[in-house]
Amino acid sequence: MNALSRFFSRLEGPQTLGRGPGFWIGFLVVLAGACAYPLFSDGYTVGNTVYFFTWIFMALGLCLIWGYGGALSFGQTAFFGIAGYSYGILTINFGAAYGFTFVALLIAIGIAALFAALLGYFLFFGRISGVFLGIVTLSVTLVLERFMAQTAGPEWKIGAARLNGFNGMSNMPPLTVPWPGGDIVLFPDVQLYYVVLGLLVLVYLGLRILVNSPFGNVLVAIRENPERAEMLGYDIRKYQLGTFVIGAALAGLSGVLYTSWGQYITPSSMGMTAAALPIVWVAVGGRSDLTTTLVGTLTVLAVFQALTIHGSQYALVVMGIMLVLTVLLAPRGLIYALARLIARPFTKRQPGDA
Amino acid sequence: MDVGTLAFSALYQFGDAFAFLVLSACGLAVIFGMMGVINLAHGEFIMCGAYVTVSAAHAGVPLPLAILIGALVSAAVGALVEILIIRHLYDRPLDTIVATWGLSLIFTQGTLIVLGSTMAGVGTPFGSFTVGDYSYSLYRLVLCGMAVLVIAGLYALFNWTRFGVMARATIQVPHMAAALGIDTRLVYSLTFALGAGLAGLAGGLYAPTMTLVPTMGTTFIMEAFVTVVVGGADVFLGTAPAAAVLAVVKATMTSWYGQLAGQIGLLIAVIVVIRVLPRGISGFLLRERA
Repeated sequence: MNALSRFFSRLEGPQTLGRGPGFWIGFLVVLAGACAYPLFSDGYTVGNTVYFFTWIFMALGLCLIWGYGGALSFGQTAFFGIAGYSYGILTINFGAAYGFTFVALLIAIGIAALFAALLGYFLFFGRISGVFLGIVTLSVTLVLERFMAQTAGPEWKIGAARLNGFNGMSNMPPLTVPWPGGDIVLFPDVQLYYVVLGLLVLVYLGLRILVNSPFGNVLVAIRENPERAEMLGYDIRKYQLGTFVIGAALAGLSGVLYTSWGQYITPSSMGMTAAALPIVWVAVGGRSDLTTTLVGTLTVLAVFQALTIHGSQYALVVMGIMLVLTVLLAPRGLIYALARLIARPFTKRQPGDA
Repeated sequence: MDVGTLAFSALYQFGDAFAFLVLSACGLAVIFGMMGVINLAHGEFIMCGAYVTVSAAHAGVPLPLAILIGALVSAAVGALVEILIIRHLYDRPLDTIVATWGLSLIFTQGTLIVLGSTMAGVGTPFGSFTVGDYSYSLYRLVLCGMAVLVIAGLYALFNWTRFGVMARATIQVPHMAAALGIDTRLVYSLTFALGAGLAGLAGGLYAPTMTLVPTMGTTFIMEAFVTVVVGGADVFLGTAPAAAVLAVVKATMTSWYGQLAGQIGLLIAVIVVIRVLPRGISGFLLRERA
């Protein structure tokens, strides 16, 4: 029991909303509901829910970089795309046998993280911050999109994998679990749902531990005042770079899951519109907290899809309006504002609460 | 081919790249340099200018006048955006980026819904001329001249007019300027409108040379970003020299490996430059002078 309570105490702290048995009982209820959900639903709807889940990793990564680290990265979709393409190239060349798809997943995330480390080195060690960081990362994303869009010719291939320019790559094998008596192929259905749900819980809890650890506290100190954090003896460049790489790896995880979910990846998944969407999810949800980001991302995605059914053109306009209104009226996020409103009667104000 | 024609060809390509960089960046640079705000809807103001210009030209207005109308309409839209949104976010520069990105989504998709996926353009005026074995578009030379004219015009505006003096005072010490009776809110509105108008001008000038689609702003925006990042906060000591340096990179890479190589070259240049000169060329020059 003691070990369990020690574990829970690492999951909560000043950097995250939600503490105490009440919150965790609620968390377990939601988790149980999520586990039971496929029993009450059909394969198609479950596959669609997995589609929502794949994006959350990227949103959580952006939440870490932007909400906790205070560095606005517009390049999340670049890492998403790099990992997605890497996964496609690796699995088309080496197949899906012996659980190679999961090795490819790790390698693809590694490539995205490596690219982020390289880019982040120039940015953070050049002490680029604020608005410039945003526009440089966005420029990188746009150029990467244009580069991938012009790889249509037959000369653009890596091994057996054609890059196919604007149309993108397709027909890579989905994630496959090696199993005695026939591999389990994770098509967008119930099996994939449980794998992704498991990953999601793991990442969510892991990030909670991270932001409440000394690393997370320093990160928030940097967000609040970089000079002060530096005067206290922290090398802020290393902390920012570390955060950037973790965020990029999470975006890469999203990219791989998305690619294996639909068995395709196109350059437009990195473009200007695609790059704006993670910002919308995180800003509307509430960038300064992991839980509100998670809830916000799911909510916005659901709204977006509901609108898309009635006309995808209008959905993007609504996203834009939502973003502008959030920034003007609820700068800390709609879900965040809502969460504080709900939580107010139940919590004693603690010193340090805003 | 003799040395003269080769030199002309290189100069022409440099001038073309220089004009593109200056014209696409100056609106962004004015707003950033004066207000510290990065306007992510910059590309959409360019698109707005191009669409209005072409619509006016289709209605029978002569092209130069049509371009002017395009710039003015963009400026008016810019003023409206400033009053409705940007004004409330001056103390939160990161949020301004996010809000203007929202605007960019709204404008791009709104144009797509209202005007459809493409619009009939107007032909490139003035025809072409030949030097040596190659023929060149005369209009590109006009664009090059316009780029120089815009820089000169901005210099005159900020140094020799009453508005320029008030704007610079507002930028340096806002509360002092306000105490001296300058309406700083009006100055900010006008500056933002000026930046949007310059974007519209760029759109109008380039409208005859490209296809009109709602996403055309994206074509300009990366070059504009790169120029402003390399240039830093000053339009004259930053944007112009940055455009000159980057034009060499872009023209060289483009003539070797094509359009995309030019963009990749720009991107690598900017990443290296920010590592060496984090505050851009103008930051470097101003520190040297001080």
